[in-house]
Amino acid sequence: MRMSQEFSEQAREALEAVYRNESRRVLATLIRLVGDFDLAEEALHEAITAAIEHWPSEGVPSNPRAWLISTGRFKAIDRIRRRAKFDTVLDDVVEKLEGEAFDPTQWDDEHLEDDRLRLIFTCCHPALPRDAQVALTLREVCGLTTEEIARAFLTSAPTIAKRIVRAKSKIRDAHIPYEVPPRKDLPERLDPVLEVIYLIFTEGYAASSGSSLTRADISEEAIRLGRLVMNLLPEPEAIGLLALMLLQESRRSARTSHDGQVVLLEEQDRGLWDRALIEEGKKLVEQVLVAREVGSYTLQAAIAAVHSDASTAAETDWAEIVGLYDVLIKVNPSPVVELNRAVAVAMRDGPEKGLALIDSILKRGDLEDYYLAHSARADLCKRLGRRDEAIVSYQRAMNLARPIPARRFLARRLAELGVVVDVPVDGESGIHA
Amino acid sequence: MKYLLMVFYDEKNRNALSEQESQKLMVEALDFDDTLRKGGHFIAAHPLESVQSATTVRVRNGKITITDGPFAETNEQIGGFLLIEAKDLNEAIQIASQVPPVRLGGIEVRPIIEIDRNNIKRTWTQYSMKSASKPQER
Repeated sequence: MRMSQEFSEQAREALEAVYRNESRRVLATLIRLVGDFDLAEEALHEAITAAIEHWPSEGVPSNPRAWLISTGRFKAIDRIRRRAKFDTVLDDVVEKLEGEAFDPTQWDDEHLEDDRLRLIFTCCHPALPRDAQVALTLREVCGLTTEEIARAFLTSAPTIAKRIVRAKSKIRDAHIPYEVPPRKDLPERLDPVLEVIYLIFTEGYAASSGSSLTRADISEEAIRLGRLVMNLLPEPEAIGLLALMLLQESRRSARTSHDGQVVLLEEQDRGLWDRALIEEGKKLVEQVLVAREVGSYTLQAAIAAVHSDASTAAETDWAEIVGLYDVLIKVNPSPVVELNRAVAVAMRDGPEKGLALIDSILKRGDLEDYYLAHSARADLCKRLGRRDEAIVSYQRAMNLARPIPARRFLARRLAELGVVVDVPVDGESGIHA
Repeated sequence: MKYLLMVFYDEKNRNALSEQESQKLMVEALDFDDTLRKGGHFIAAHPLESVQSATTVRVRNGKITITDGPFAETNEQIGGFLLIEAKDLNEAIQIASQVPPVRLGGIEVRPIIEIDRNNIKRTWTQYSMKSASKPQER
């Protein structure tokens, strides 16, 4: 009796470990075998249920992953057969499934990892809307529940569920293939994958108050995804993105104060930075830079790495940072990058030079509604002792800024200049100059 | 899989082409049709007359209404279509990206629903109505 109890405990632990580590791999393979997301998910659940029934009495199979795949496949065939009674078209599907050579023992890791890549590229297919790519990736690749995804994105579970259902229908109806894109299409197909991962990361990184705990989890999930993609497909930008996320993550605990206020890079307590993450990130940046295939993520990571090298803000190598921004503008021209470069120039050559650059960007009208442009302008005016101009720009930023922590930050800056501003919990800002 | 590629563009862009450019586009489009034929992708393809020639027919409560103009008033209109055979959406996208007038606007790629006529069940009433409405053979 005791023996069997011990054994079932062992089986339960084995099952939990397999579920944690393998269920997404098994799902990725089942989707390929049965050609349908929903059917594959049902088959996975049935295989897990079968494992709960059989493993305690029969012992844990020597290759649990293969056991789950082949059991799932049989369950799927059963299911299709039952449905086929009502739908003759499905007969062909069963025939095809049964006819295919299937020997799970011959499956090495490489085969299974191909399936994981297939799953990622399908979830991030450019024919799907961005919010659906994100939801589907978190659901299918990471195995998060719709409730977990909804919590992380501050939306409702039915909204997320609807997005996922629609995306799956489109995959089925439009015949989005379950494949890793051919080499020549890789650059343009990898972009949305990396964008989805970075979007998941920033979603968890941007929010700094309230439910901050769950949001940090979602950043961790993005880093895990970034590692997975990098290991499966070590393209320069996949490595660059992981490096960027690690370097940003390293500053997480330093970028908000105890009361949830934003702490700017220059004011952060650098002792709080996570050195292990920084070292890992820096190593990855160097690896890509040495191979001389730089893209936008790698350059942003390189800039973050230069910051992490300085023990105080004043010791930052601003010349290096301006140089990296110059390259970044060439690779990825954008007014926001120009703005960041202008701020770096101000640090290198003095606030007047930076202000001239920001004014010329604003004059073009590109960033007229971007609060960070006005806030950066105000900072430089303040440094130059132009109090009135600084107040006008901070107020302009205040009117444009949406996130509450950002508005609190601006209110603090205005207060330093003697202007009292209310920051309501939500809604419009009230300014009493 | 069959896909319908609907070529959308602002007719102003099409009309702004010079005679020579227009001629060039037409030749490219015809050559592209031939490429599709050779690859076994071609089913049908035609450019359409201007939206000014469009008529929209609706039937509500058995009453026919006919209005001048396209079904949806938008800046970009259907300027032509291709019906193609493709392995999957990726192949259809690949083909759509090469359709010459894609440069003027955009191409909407829509999978075709294949109806299995043998699997459509009709009620006896539907059968009898169908045969009753058949025009008399002369």
